[in-house]
Amino acid sequence: MAKIIDAKEAASLVKEHDRILCGGFLASGAAENLIDALVAQNTPNLHLCVICTDFPDRGVGKLIVNKQIKSAQTSHIGTNKATQEQYNAGTLKIEFNPQGTFVERIRTAGAGLGGFLTPVGVGTILENEKELIEVDGKKFFLERPISGDVALIRAAKGDKSGNLVYSKTAQNSNPLMAMAAKIVIAEVDEIVETGELDPDLIATPGLLVDYIVQHKD
Amino acid sequence: MSLDKNKVVEIIASRVAKELKDGDAVNLGIGIPTEVANYLPEGIKVWLTSENGMIGLGGKPPAGKEHKDIINAGGGFISEVPETSYIDSAFSFAIVRGGHLDVTVLGALEVDQEGNIANWIIPGKMVPGMGGAMDLCVGAKRVIAAFTHTDKNGSSKILKKCRLPLTAQGVVKLIVTEMAVMEPTSEGLVLREVASWTNVDAVKAATEAELIIPEKIGTF
Repeated sequence: MAKIIDAKEAASLVKEHDRILCGGFLASGAAENLIDALVAQNTPNLHLCVICTDFPDRGVGKLIVNKQIKSAQTSHIGTNKATQEQYNAGTLKIEFNPQGTFVERIRTAGAGLGGFLTPVGVGTILENEKELIEVDGKKFFLERPISGDVALIRAAKGDKSGNLVYSKTAQNSNPLMAMAAKIVIAEVDEIVETGELDPDLIATPGLLVDYIVQHKD
Repeated sequence: MSLDKNKVVEIIASRVAKELKDGDAVNLGIGIPTEVANYLPEGIKVWLTSENGMIGLGGKPPAGKEHKDIINAGGGFISEVPETSYIDSAFSFAIVRGGHLDVTVLGALEVDQEGNIANWIIPGKMVPGMGGAMDLCVGAKRVIAAFTHTDKNGSSKILKKCRLPLTAQGVVKLIVTEMAVMEPTSEGLVLREVASWTNVDAVKAATEAELIIPEKIGTF
């Protein structure tokens, strides 16, 4: 059973040096209330895993503007000047991953696998930092899983058992993040009674979700 | 002779659109490639995809009709079509890498005569990250590079060898600019078509790469 808590209590579950997995793509499907509460809590030295670092005033971008992130694994920082400035200044370390590789690394962790082989990035400067493996004459990178301490995700609806349904392109990496962290906190637009969601449409089963937070605009 | 910006976009996007076949699954990149959707030939229907998890994209919604949870990979609001479906990001990139995407149309900073493409980083200057570009270049069955022939300083973007770090190696199957259609082949870069507003000599003069000029060249 998921426990219903408020955003402030949820943020208190994130500790210094934690690796946080954040859902969202250009802030669509980002857990805005959880991020705001984490900004207010001002926990430093976090390691951030997210598809992209959103915008200075939206999504995980706010954590970067507030200088709470010491390192990040991501695929794109082009929409957030603060990320670029801190990266160029050397105060924020970034490991760039092709987007499909990044999300598959999260999926792999959540699925209990040791890694996977992908042709993406072979023949580029990523060869300097990756292990090449040849299978049947074809070159692949060995990619390792990425798991986290806390996942901060967003869904359209959650029931009191923690079952989640997502909305349109706000789904993106959220169901993957829910598989790969020790503590999973879901910010949902609407909390409903258990049994109200169509079981066929539940994308994240409640057994994966520890806490539910009601989103407030 | 030079063209205004809208005309450049129209020439490139309408020519790329002719490469798409009925039923193709197609990913259009940000910028000029996005415009290709507006020039699909009569009777051709494609599955437009967006790597943030949308299959079946409509056009830009009218003002006031935007849905906060329906955006394309560039972050712009987009609308649904009756056949739209949504998937998570890992599923989305499995579609890209798994041989289910027929065509990707991408912009580029540089492309070379070996079909290499660079569009994600200018070291020391611009480091936005690769986003989904590497996955799309490696995964799509056909990569079409669609961009202006020269950069804002008038220098060729079609090179003998890319100078910027690559997005992917040897993947570009067709290059479409406002001046020409070119095909990287094992023999070299072949000039296939020249835009009706210009000529072969002008294309050669604007291109750093060595162009193979066949006897028969089309116009578009």
